[in-house]
Amino acid sequence: METTIKTLNPESVRPPVASVGILGWMRKNLFNSVFNSILTILTVYLLWKIVPPFIQWAFLESSWHTTSEQCRAGDGACWSIITRNIRFILFGFFPYDQHSRPLVAMLILFTLLGFSRNRKHWKKHLGYAWIAGLFAMGLLMKGGVFGLTSVESTQWGGLPLTLLLAVFGLTAAYPLGVVLALGRQSKMPIVKVLCVLYIELIRGVPLISLLFMSSVIFPLFLPEGITINKILRAQVAIILFTAAYIAEVVRGGLQAITRGQYEAAESLGLNYFLTMRLIILPQALKIVIPPSVSILISAFKDTSLVVIIALYDVLKTTQSALSNPLWMGYSKEAYLFLAILYFLGCFSMSNYSRKLEKELSAGG
Amino acid sequence: MKNQGATATPAAVPFWNDPKKRSLFYQFATLFLVGLLGYYLFTNTVTNLQRQNIASGFSFLQKESAFEIGESPIRYSAADSYGRALLVGALNTLKVAFVGIIITIILGTILGVARLSSNWLVARLAAVYIEVMQDIPILLHLFFWYALFYESLPSPRQAICPGAGIYLCNRGVAFTIPEAHPAHTYMLLAFIAACIMVYVLRRWAGKRQALTGRYFPVFRVSVPLLLGLPTLVWLFFGAPTALNAPKLVGFNFVGGLTVSPEFIALLLGLVLYTAAFVAEVVRAGIQSVSKGQTEAALSLGLRPVLVLNLVILPQALRVIIPPLTSQMLNLTKNSSLAVAIGFPDFVSVANTTMNQTGQAVEGVALIMAVYLIFSLSTSAFMNWYNKRVALVER
Repeated sequence: METTIKTLNPESVRPPVASVGILGWMRKNLFNSVFNSILTILTVYLLWKIVPPFIQWAFLESSWHTTSEQCRAGDGACWSIITRNIRFILFGFFPYDQHSRPLVAMLILFTLLGFSRNRKHWKKHLGYAWIAGLFAMGLLMKGGVFGLTSVESTQWGGLPLTLLLAVFGLTAAYPLGVVLALGRQSKMPIVKVLCVLYIELIRGVPLISLLFMSSVIFPLFLPEGITINKILRAQVAIILFTAAYIAEVVRGGLQAITRGQYEAAESLGLNYFLTMRLIILPQALKIVIPPSVSILISAFKDTSLVVIIALYDVLKTTQSALSNPLWMGYSKEAYLFLAILYFLGCFSMSNYSRKLEKELSAGG
Repeated sequence: MKNQGATATPAAVPFWNDPKKRSLFYQFATLFLVGLLGYYLFTNTVTNLQRQNIASGFSFLQKESAFEIGESPIRYSAADSYGRALLVGALNTLKVAFVGIIITIILGTILGVARLSSNWLVARLAAVYIEVMQDIPILLHLFFWYALFYESLPSPRQAICPGAGIYLCNRGVAFTIPEAHPAHTYMLLAFIAACIMVYVLRRWAGKRQALTGRYFPVFRVSVPLLLGLPTLVWLFFGAPTALNAPKLVGFNFVGGLTVSPEFIALLLGLVLYTAAFVAEVVRAGIQSVSKGQTEAALSLGLRPVLVLNLVILPQALRVIIPPLTSQMLNLTKNSSLAVAIGFPDFVSVANTTMNQTGQAVEGVALIMAVYLIFSLSTSAFMNWYNKRVALVER
């Protein structure tokens, strides 16, 4: 035995050709059993049937910046519906000459989001920057000061509305959710029952029922003569809805804190509020950052439901662009564009959440 | 400082520092505030309703609805009451949720397994599917599939015929079904009877095996039972084979079974969206069972089927069921978006009712109540099932 090993110089012996390189990789990953080989061949066949026609439709034969007549003459996708209506789709009925304002507002939001990606920036200043940024965004949309013409909120629409509803919804829902979670964990029976009832009630009904409530019942709740606008009512409904989900996420974080932490805080003589503010919540909230990002993702997706109560978010503006007889029949293209938009937003967030989870679990 | 003094001499605790009294105070203060808010909203609502001359209460449910509903599992016409219209809506919601949940679980399981496949191509494709579908709002899904159906398919006259007896057109899909015959009811009864027999047989076989160790081939007996009993009934009734094929009359198909484009778009949207989430749940469940379990079971001499049935599935299901329940509930709740594409589900019918009668408060309350009942009963059932499969710690 030993002699054979010695005579074969390990440097000179190469593995069989079929087990290294592309061929080897294919054998290992695509054709490692009869069943897998059949599966691979079937999948490749299906892809062959679907992908080339799609590319032909979407790219090769498509029209990108033409009139609708030219579109109807061609066979491929008519992306012109997007390029020709892009400003309406993105900004809705916002006054045409003022479109730079929502654009700047969105840029502020993206800058803040981009800056918040890095955990090194998570300091007090960032919190102030967010408050200032949100305030500036509201100001830019509303106008009426600093020489900006006032824009009624009924004219707000498109992507800024979608983003505002999601971001303000989550920001306002978070404190409420934390309070509800603390209430649910509380030892006081009445408080606990109230919080459990609220959380379970909201989680048991679809968001759309709350949106209906916001559009038809909220006005009834207010005394005569006081009205609040539709966007704010929808925003309240989204906040109430999101808070219940945040409460459940935060509860998970609270349950992960060991008893020792409570006992240590108690032995230091801290009262309930100080215990929560200084000891428990900083730890619990850190644990729940990744699931909170997924709540932000669902909030972002769920804002599209305001279409049903006729608010002009980006989905509704697209639909109105589609209802123009000139562009009727190009729903596929328009909805695919929106799907890409939503996908980019959600995918970057979920990617970030995964990255964060890795960092935090590595002991950050 | 005060606290320290108080704990040193317990006899002198002032009542505002007594944790028990304090907690009572907080609780009543909370209750009072919530009650006050509720009272304020309630009185405002009542005055507003009086001002608008809207009578509150559910008496409107008995009134004639005077609107048609596109599709209904039970007999319904515009002359029926609002109550019956809402019942139709609830049944439609149940129908789409039930069918949707079944298809979603099947598709989700396939995708979840595909995601873990050793086949690189299949695993990659499943991963892309899961990521992309999760990131597109469900409402956009619905609009997209509805538009695809409506714009891309031809009119009934040029209907596509992908297989014998199936017609695809922008008015829906028409299937050929067997002609109605009394035998079908009895066949269904026979099938249910066979199911019960299989259940009893399984329990008996399990008990006998536990007692005596003798194995009974349940599977090999139950398949012929499930298939054979309905077939026997069918033969007994003279084997009716008449078919009810859809025929083009005027501008639409008549006869057969026609499924509306709204229903298909809703079902497709819900299934494709939720299946992506279910796939992640299934994947996590399968990954939670360590490889050692499979190896240990195989080394005990169990056959692969038994390894799956007795070792892997019971453990994986324990991880899968709670999140799967919430996905099923999500699907049911998301089915309320049918209102956006005009499928007459409960929310859609309730919305029409609200618009016609002005009974907004009652309408929204009904929507919430119905979905709460769906949610609570589903989670009660799943909790019961979860308890059955849960780990029994000794």
